[in-house]
Amino acid sequence: MRPFGYVSAPDVATAVRVVSTEPNAKFLGGGTNLVDLMREGVERPDTLVDVTGLPLTAIEELPGGGVRIGALVRNARLAADPLIRSRYPVLSRALLSGASAQLRNVATVGGNLVQRTRCPYFYDHASACNKREPGAGCDAIGGVNRNHAVLGASEHCIATHPSDMAVALAALDAVVELESVRGTRRVPLLDLHRLPGETPHVETVLTADELITAVELPHLPVAAASHYRKVRDRASYAFALVSVAAALHVREGVVTDVRLALGGVAAKPWRAHQAERVLLGAEATEEVFLRAADAELAAATGLPDNTFKIELARRTIVATLQELLTDGSAA
Amino acid sequence: MRINGATTVLELEPRVSLLDALRDELGLTGTKKGCDQGACGACTVLVDGERINSCLALAVQYSGREITTVEGVDHPLQAAFVANDGLQCGYCTPGQICSAIGMLAEHAAGAPSAVTEHLCEPDPELTDAEIRERMSGNLCRCGAYNGIVDSVREVAVAEQLR
Repeated sequence: MRPFGYVSAPDVATAVRVVSTEPNAKFLGGGTNLVDLMREGVERPDTLVDVTGLPLTAIEELPGGGVRIGALVRNARLAADPLIRSRYPVLSRALLSGASAQLRNVATVGGNLVQRTRCPYFYDHASACNKREPGAGCDAIGGVNRNHAVLGASEHCIATHPSDMAVALAALDAVVELESVRGTRRVPLLDLHRLPGETPHVETVLTADELITAVELPHLPVAAASHYRKVRDRASYAFALVSVAAALHVREGVVTDVRLALGGVAAKPWRAHQAERVLLGAEATEEVFLRAADAELAAATGLPDNTFKIELARRTIVATLQELLTDGSAA
Repeated sequence: MRINGATTVLELEPRVSLLDALRDELGLTGTKKGCDQGACGACTVLVDGERINSCLALAVQYSGREITTVEGVDHPLQAAFVANDGLQCGYCTPGQICSAIGMLAEHAAGAPSAVTEHLCEPDPELTDAEIRERMSGNLCRCGAYNGIVDSVREVAVAEQLR
């Protein structure tokens, strides 16, 4: 690993000031992704500003009924929080399905959101990767692309976003709070990550010196009946081939509220707005669920190794909604 | 650093991992380097009682924290692993032991897992499916998983009876 300078930030103001003034500086949270990428030479910062000592570790109920989550809350603690387990079970489930217990004990909420793709070509210096080296090309497109995107990809990049947590947050209309020397701003989670287009190395709307300080969940009664289903090559400790975060409310057989998001299929957590439009006000039947899935996946395109994901996503959407319908929680 | 109850002063570059500090600087080679990328769990140690992968931890971030490696462990799990064939080559065992100690504490605190049926259940039963899921961060290439699950279950049951 290349040598680098290390600063432990005593407060948020110092953290954002140092990262904005030191050349090539990065924030360091739990390190579970960044340290790995530095060891592989993919990330090459000259200074790390350790933010794990900052007082951003609270999970607080908001006056309107929402919840504010400090960016340094560890994934394991968020998953086990009683408020999250009862009001936003999809978020607990998504967190618990990600990584391993050891990693969840360390990984932070903010770091989880800005973790980078696990595309093997991104890690491999012998391969062309437009994320690692803009303009170099993409060896995944003609290569082994079983784990790659079927929605929102471009001819420059087909990598997926690896987070499970972010898929649940996408379904829950979460808002991300960012801090920099220029002040505070709030960005809907759905606008945080970017699709690759011609600049796959630009993965989020964050500027290099912006720190994620919190994630806020709105008051969302439908989330009490929510679930996360993750399909992967082994039963645990693997990234998603396809995942579905869903919240559903049904009254007298009709869908009165719904939230749906997909993981493992795109460069960002994919909110299924098309499917939601089909579902809302329609009868809660398998036929409607299938029609909703097809509406969302109409724009999906597969490559030789990953075309199966489109059908897999279709079936996983239907199965997740059926599960919420039949376990009684959606009624 | 606080390691196995003792205070040690180390001068390290920021890029040194906790794993390398333990093994190369302190000679605590019980903690193993498997993948060095957070994918196998062989390097699992306890920090303030919580299990983490020491390979992805920069040592500088853990100054002042209470670190426990397998050398500092004296736990019924160790005898249970021997009695239940919870190992073959033994390379993953220090990580498995530290991980299982952390896991039992998480379970005792009421933490759910991905296979917990009722998320709000305050005291989920530690079934074999729960043990396998909660221990999934520790790979065993010899495939001693059945013995590992038997060992963990035996100790969990004994702790509940105590």
